[in-house]
Amino acid sequence: MWSDLVATPLFGVALTLLVYLLAQHLYRRVGSVLVNPVLVSIVTIILLLKGSGVEYRDYARGGDIILFLLGPSVVALAVPLYQRREEIWQRKRLILIGIFAGSLASIFSACGLAWVLGGSREVILSLAPKSVTTPIAISIVEKIGGIAPLTAALVVLTGCLGAICGPEFCRRIGITSPVATGLAMGTAAHGIGTARMLEVDRLGGAVAGLAIGLNGLMTTFLLPILMAFSGF
Amino acid sequence: MVRGLTLLLLFQFCGEFISRMLDLPIPGKVLGMGLLLLGLMTNLVKIKWLEEAAELLLSNMALFFVPAGVGVMVYGDLIAAEWLPISVATILSTFVVMAVTGKLAQKLETPEQGDVE
Repeated sequence: MWSDLVATPLFGVALTLLVYLLAQHLYRRVGSVLVNPVLVSIVTIILLLKGSGVEYRDYARGGDIILFLLGPSVVALAVPLYQRREEIWQRKRLILIGIFAGSLASIFSACGLAWVLGGSREVILSLAPKSVTTPIAISIVEKIGGIAPLTAALVVLTGCLGAICGPEFCRRIGITSPVATGLAMGTAAHGIGTARMLEVDRLGGAVAGLAIGLNGLMTTFLLPILMAFSGF
Repeated sequence: MVRGLTLLLLFQFCGEFISRMLDLPIPGKVLGMGLLLLGLMTNLVKIKWLEEAAELLLSNMALFFVPAGVGVMVYGDLIAAEWLPISVATILSTFVVMAVTGKLAQKLETPEQGDVE
């Protein structure tokens, strides 16, 4: 009876919402970025599933329903972009330059570090699009010959890291403008960074949303060119 | 509310359709965001139709990533096999990208605000 119930979408949806709600509560209580609700929820659910022996497949039946809402949320990013269009248009040059530099920095630093530390070719290539939003990252990695599931996992981990440390890190190194912080978050940590940025500042969140798309596009075109030039 | 959600899903559907038909490297939902922005700019879509639904989704966007993160558990072995280059590259590179993008944008933003464009 238990295993039948766990295999219904109800289980995954209810578990995700309950854990997230408790994680949000904990975050408000503790007030530290280390207990970021998304990270706490992910770790808690993984531990609960492993501990109780519930298959990921069964959880995903409900998890996928929540994940589905990500689609219309990304489309909804057009709303803050439209509302703040004048401020964004004024800064179009720095937005494009910032994302372009970030895209290059991401490819070079991720691949370079992995190469220096003796990573295999497949792993190095799988790391290349890790700052890009999942669907674009997967299509890139399939083209250049990395391991798609590994990239999918790295994209999520990068996003969580950026969301947790991003705003604090930017403040510490002297990035104070919401546009610059939003750009940094969207370019480095795609949608997860954007979700966090929306909580910090609406204009920054709108710019981060723009950076998801633009960084994805730039990386799509830059990577094959860089690979051809470097002969990697 | 229902009107806003319907519009968002319709735009996502159009984005998905165009992305698949033309075999574009851009995902349908990102294309849908672009199309909706175009619709708003050309006044075909009124912002007030969307505000309520967009606010609800955007203020809870972080929640929608939780199931994606749980999915990482399936690939634990893949990460464990080369954990050192993977973890160092992932962590350091994320900070490098934020520093490069944020610092550069902030440098460019300060003088540009005085420009007449």
